[in-house]
Amino acid sequence: MDLNFSEEDISFQSEVRDFLSNDYPDDIKDKQDKRIPLNKDEIIRWQKLLASKGWFAINWPKEYGGTDWSPTKKYILQNELASANAPVLIPFGVNMCGPVIYTFGTEEQKEEHLDKILNSDVWWCQGYSEPGSGSDLASLQTKAEKVDDKYVVNGTKTWTTMAQHADWIFCLVRTETTEIKQEGISFLLIDMKTPGIEVKPIITIDGSHEVNMVYFDNVEVPTSNLIGEEGQGWNIAKFLLMHERSGIAGIAALKRELSRLKEISATIENGNGVLLDDPDFRKKLESTEIELTATEFTELRTLSAMSSGGSPGAESSILKIKGTELQQTISELFIEMLGYYAHPFFEEDKIGTNETVGPDYAAPAMPHYLNYRKVSIYGGSNEIQRNVISKAILGL
Amino acid sequence: MDFNFNEEQSLIQGQVSQFIQRDYDWEKRQELSNSERGFSDENWKQFGELGWLGISISEASGGFGGSSLDTMIIMEEFGKGLVVEPFLETIVLSASIIDEAGSQQQKDEVLNKVIEGNLHLATAFSEPQSRFNLEDVVTTGTKQDDSYVINGFKSVVMNGPAADKFIVSVRTSGSQSDNEGITLFLVDSDQKGVSKRDYSTVDGRKACELTLEDVLVPSDAIIGKEGNGLGLLKESINKGILAVSAEAVGAMEVLYKTTVEYTKTREQFGQAIGKFQVLQHRMVDMFMEYEQAKSLLYMATIKHSEGAKDADKAIAGLKYHIGKAGKFVGQQSVQLHGGMGVTDELNVGHYFKRLTTIGTIFGNSDYHLTKYSKL
Repeated sequence: MDLNFSEEDISFQSEVRDFLSNDYPDDIKDKQDKRIPLNKDEIIRWQKLLASKGWFAINWPKEYGGTDWSPTKKYILQNELASANAPVLIPFGVNMCGPVIYTFGTEEQKEEHLDKILNSDVWWCQGYSEPGSGSDLASLQTKAEKVDDKYVVNGTKTWTTMAQHADWIFCLVRTETTEIKQEGISFLLIDMKTPGIEVKPIITIDGSHEVNMVYFDNVEVPTSNLIGEEGQGWNIAKFLLMHERSGIAGIAALKRELSRLKEISATIENGNGVLLDDPDFRKKLESTEIELTATEFTELRTLSAMSSGGSPGAESSILKIKGTELQQTISELFIEMLGYYAHPFFEEDKIGTNETVGPDYAAPAMPHYLNYRKVSIYGGSNEIQRNVISKAILGL
Repeated sequence: MDFNFNEEQSLIQGQVSQFIQRDYDWEKRQELSNSERGFSDENWKQFGELGWLGISISEASGGFGGSSLDTMIIMEEFGKGLVVEPFLETIVLSASIIDEAGSQQQKDEVLNKVIEGNLHLATAFSEPQSRFNLEDVVTTGTKQDDSYVINGFKSVVMNGPAADKFIVSVRTSGSQSDNEGITLFLVDSDQKGVSKRDYSTVDGRKACELTLEDVLVPSDAIIGKEGNGLGLLKESINKGILAVSAEAVGAMEVLYKTTVEYTKTREQFGQAIGKFQVLQHRMVDMFMEYEQAKSLLYMATIKHSEGAKDADKAIAGLKYHIGKAGKFVGQQSVQLHGGMGVTDELNVGHYFKRLTTIGTIFGNSDYHLTKYSKL
């Protein structure tokens, strides 16, 4: 056991810090600091900048443009980026579709898509959930019927994050009606410009447009866009879930937000003192910090097991539950901290301007709190995650 | 012991409930909430005609002389419909102060119009630094001959945009957090030196930031006596707490019932999700939180209406629980509705948002637990 970084690690850490202080674009930093949502161009610009350093697809194998870094080195990069409140990467291409393509795709598919993902030239979105298929994803009904060298796709996908920006969508579709519903599912890549696709916004309780309905009406997709074999889609989806590792950045972001809570609450008057010294509020901050530390080390233990050859199994469900609970707790503490100034509500494009009221940090807090109700629902609800742990780990 | 409403109370409850079912469907509510005004003047007039606006105002002032129990009945029903008309602000918080302590001239000038639905009020009691401490007032009133000059800033004044008159807590003597030296003034919204910055709040209602710059008011704009404002304000806030708690109980009832219904119809893994024990127990907990909230609401409201010595403590206990229960029921309703719960389209998220603001308004659970332990 050793909690220390090697000299090499420390020098990499300072390299990342230097990069952040010298090359993190001012306009993007300013928006991030003020919690103003970035637009598509800004996100792409940031991702391209990371890619130019070779710091974008760090989990990819080197032969496809990734790295051969140790888990510690990956941890350091993600930790530093999140600590600096650098933009969160859009995971659909780099963390989701990319790994699927280099693992299951044909040479032609790799050729066609991987470089564009690496360079953020193509924006991907994920077509999984359907109105009737949420937690029970395998019950999905979107049909892909094979007609000659095409699939004809019909159905509806929902909660599709940022589909309004997307050039491509990776979809789970039903190519066959089978006894065991998982067996008839296939993994299909679809160009969003194909005729018959319609994207309709879903406005969420924070007032934002992040998710969408995506309708497919006789959408013709070349059979060459199928990943793997027909009927292999469910296994690919499972692989993808295991492969999703955004946790590290999540923890660092939580640490950053927690220290922000401390900083701000130390400036908020409360009777004769400041809010940070209020015993009730302080205890909540401290207990959150302890839970966060526990989660961080649970994650590090998982990483360490992986680097010695293990694979992240149901343990990732622990991290999903604990991570999202912490996200929600911290967003809730912001609301508590703000008191009445949590209530004034402004549209997204007013945040960070002088059209809001109260202290600068107030306006984004409530939308964030409301928006983060989603984290215990998406990616397999926390109830489902508990089922996974009880089955896979406890054997119940 | 009897927890039943009397005939008159049942009648009012039936009336309000019918209004919500007949005239206040969800689309209508959203339309009103999203409008510039934020509520319907027509509804407000109707409330006046039905006698609701005067229900808690004394008979001497032209009202019906009801108690906080009558207000509770209305507010609980309003909570079920998530009514945006500013009954809390104009009637419960503000008209009550005038009725209680106003001069005859102030009563004549204000209460009849309020009861008829022709005048809106707002009580401006919070300042950026005051958090939930009513005695923390830095807005100053300086005596000048027979007048006062008010300077200061009030934050997140509920119903500020519609208010024709404000009741403003002002420090006329003492230092920042002294209990003594706070005076309530009745100030016209169009008075010279009064400026407002109007906005919407997350619960679909309206509020404003209120700036008072060299506002010159005659000494007869004082409500009650100079320096005696805190007691009046505390009583008004107590009534406000009872009212928002009743509203929260109504909202929680809708949420737990809606959630139960949803889980009976939403199928996953070949069965209604309401068949899963983990969700059943969650909903049982939501239901129990609601029942406990209702019990504390009845208890505290009765104590308040009887002027019991421990009414303040009962109210602090109630508000502590409402904050806790409202958060749990609100969050879990969203959670159990899954993705649908976070959509703007479904009403569940809007009930959740109102429960969230109610959790903070007049002090959050921590604040009231501390207060409770000191009483």
